[in-house]
Amino acid sequence: MFERMQAILIKEFKQVLRDPRMKTVLFISPLLQVILFGYAANRDINYIPTAIYDRDNTKESRELLRSFTYSKYFIPKFYIYSDAEQNRVLDKGYASVVIRIDRGFGRNLNAGKDAQVQMAYDGTDSNTAMVVMGYANTVIGSFQEEILKQKAYATGRITAIANVQLRDRAWFNGNLISRNYYLPGVIASIVTIMSLLLTAMAIVREKEIGTMEQLIVSPLKPLELIIGKLMPFAVIALCQAVLITILGVFWFHIPFRGSLLLLLLSTCVYLFTTLGAGLFISTVSATQQEAMMSVFLFYNPVFLLSGFAYPIQNMPQIIQYLTIFNPLRYYLVIIRGIFLKGVGMDVLWPQLLPLVVMGLATIIMSSLRFRKRLG
Amino acid sequence: MNLKRIRAISNKEFIQIRRDPRSLGLALGIPIILLLIFGYGLSLDIDHVPMIVWNQDASSVTTRDFLLNFKNSKYFRIVRYTDNYRDIERMIDRGQVMLALIIPKDFSHYLESGKTAPLQLLVDGSDSNTATIAMGYVRAVVSQYNINLLSKTLADYGLNPPQAIDARPRLWFNMAFTSRWFIIPGVLSMIMMIIAALLTSLTVAREWERGTMEQLVSTPVKAPELIVGKFIPYFIIGFFDLFIGVLMARFLFGVPFRGSYFLLVILSAFFLTGALSQGILISTVARTQLLASQMAVLTTFIPTMLLSGFIYPIFNMPQAVQAITYLIPARYYIVILRGLFLKGSDMSTLWDEAVFLLLFALIMFTIAVRKFKKRVA
Repeated sequence: MFERMQAILIKEFKQVLRDPRMKTVLFISPLLQVILFGYAANRDINYIPTAIYDRDNTKESRELLRSFTYSKYFIPKFYIYSDAEQNRVLDKGYASVVIRIDRGFGRNLNAGKDAQVQMAYDGTDSNTAMVVMGYANTVIGSFQEEILKQKAYATGRITAIANVQLRDRAWFNGNLISRNYYLPGVIASIVTIMSLLLTAMAIVREKEIGTMEQLIVSPLKPLELIIGKLMPFAVIALCQAVLITILGVFWFHIPFRGSLLLLLLSTCVYLFTTLGAGLFISTVSATQQEAMMSVFLFYNPVFLLSGFAYPIQNMPQIIQYLTIFNPLRYYLVIIRGIFLKGVGMDVLWPQLLPLVVMGLATIIMSSLRFRKRLG
Repeated sequence: MNLKRIRAISNKEFIQIRRDPRSLGLALGIPIILLLIFGYGLSLDIDHVPMIVWNQDASSVTTRDFLLNFKNSKYFRIVRYTDNYRDIERMIDRGQVMLALIIPKDFSHYLESGKTAPLQLLVDGSDSNTATIAMGYVRAVVSQYNINLLSKTLADYGLNPPQAIDARPRLWFNMAFTSRWFIIPGVLSMIMMIIAALLTSLTVAREWERGTMEQLVSTPVKAPELIVGKFIPYFIIGFFDLFIGVLMARFLFGVPFRGSYFLLVILSAFFLTGALSQGILISTVARTQLLASQMAVLTTFIPTMLLSGFIYPIFNMPQAVQAITYLIPARYYIVILRGLFLKGSDMSTLWDEAVFLLLFALIMFTIAVRKFKKRVA
């Protein structure tokens, strides 16, 4: 038994790693994704290209604009003087927001009337627009507070002004860096796509080329064949997970507060579901092209509805219930919990338990199906 | 190039696709599923942020009034009131709440005596994007509350009516302010890329693997003919996917289409040609389907997801990465799709994107033909 296992494992490892380009790809793929997610996948908005359209040009309007530009977020890129220019900067997407102050702003403000500022946001990306709008409202709010305070103090009679001071503190990710949130998730995305795609295609390939028959007539037992087929990809996926963790922690300084052992353990558990799914896809696909498309059919919903980029709490109720069956959802909570929150089994067991159940169920079902196909 | 030979090759390819109806079904089914997920399932619009409140000053009317601002807002959902810190810690650890608002004991006392009352907010910062937006909501509530307090004080002293700055937000291009309008055009470009590049990336490698390439090479078919013949069927599938996608966007999701359909077809043809050529190039270089699939994911799928501005705004990226995004065709195609759908752009604003896509297509095609010739020889 051991000898046969050893033989098939050696064969499979050789087969996967024979092509030096394959080795490169297996190594480059996580590297590239970590770098991209580390540098590019950034939803933190620290830099808002702003166009300023000041038709009032009074002391008051300039003061308001100054409070925008003093906040480190709004970077004045354009000073514009006509409606046509306003259209152009928004059409071309050069500016995310146009701050437009019409004539009479200063006069109205001094006369104690409502003064208007028009903020034109590029709403194509509603999420960015929402963040920009939040920043703008904060700036305008504090400007307004400041003016009211000045007015109150100017009377000389009001000395005590009641106000609420907000002291906010972010836990786990003090500087609110989205990289810290996304990078640990890259482990999940790589492990998922690698184990699924490689497993499904490698098995179908043997069928396509006709070498599967040779394996079947060998003295290998079906279970040994399955383990031999799945093992190399599990090992590769685990190595990639470790590589990503090392890169993330040492290059990008992602906090790692939990236990590495728990991370590896839960990755193994999670791998049961993806390897099982890959095996299943291989039993229903006749060609590698079909296997690849099936993997994408499976991967995309799993990935998109996992909370990786889009928070589950924002999804419609029905879909939120559907995500209960999504293994990636639990795995992501575990990974992020280990990296950012440093929580252990005591908090994470409600995530680990469904993973174990799903993993065993998938791998057993797929193996049975695979055996039947062989027989 | 000889039309007859191209037809022969594309016929062969058509037959091969037809014999594998499941792949064809998937090529048409995946776009529909992706669009449904993105259209119905995903939203980046954040409201009903779950929140826990510890009001240490619960006996006062002031704090209850203050909390009404949160209770009556659709942006917050108060999950629970508590009277200890342990609950807060536990619920944030488990991810059951994102915000914890702590009103200190003498909150109302401070306010009534005209002093500054501290208010503590704890935020689960793991998802920094959502956290930033949620914190913005809280700041807005507090700021408005302060302004009201000030105005009241001024009025108490008989001063003239308080001024207000009326920030009139106007959302361009996306009046409904839904991320769906933004996402759907992006999804379309991702679908086109997946279908075009992934499907074709295997076609040449498959011939190598099965040994049928030798047979093809020994026929009088020339390299460019073979490549054109191979990608005609996929070109048609790609356009069919685009057609389904635009129909779903328009009629199922109500995304407006403000540009010209003619431009959409022309520019999509540029994009598809580039993507298909890239797929064929990968396939030629890789020779095995396993490797080809990995290379296709790496060079087409991932950059399209991450570097095209589809999800992550390009202006946020560091300069060096921004420079790389200029090489990603999806970047231009997304600008074109968003322009045509949301902004009603025409050639005068889109010409630079169009030129790039055309260049990309030509270059990719040339390289693919060259590489192929070399491989065969």
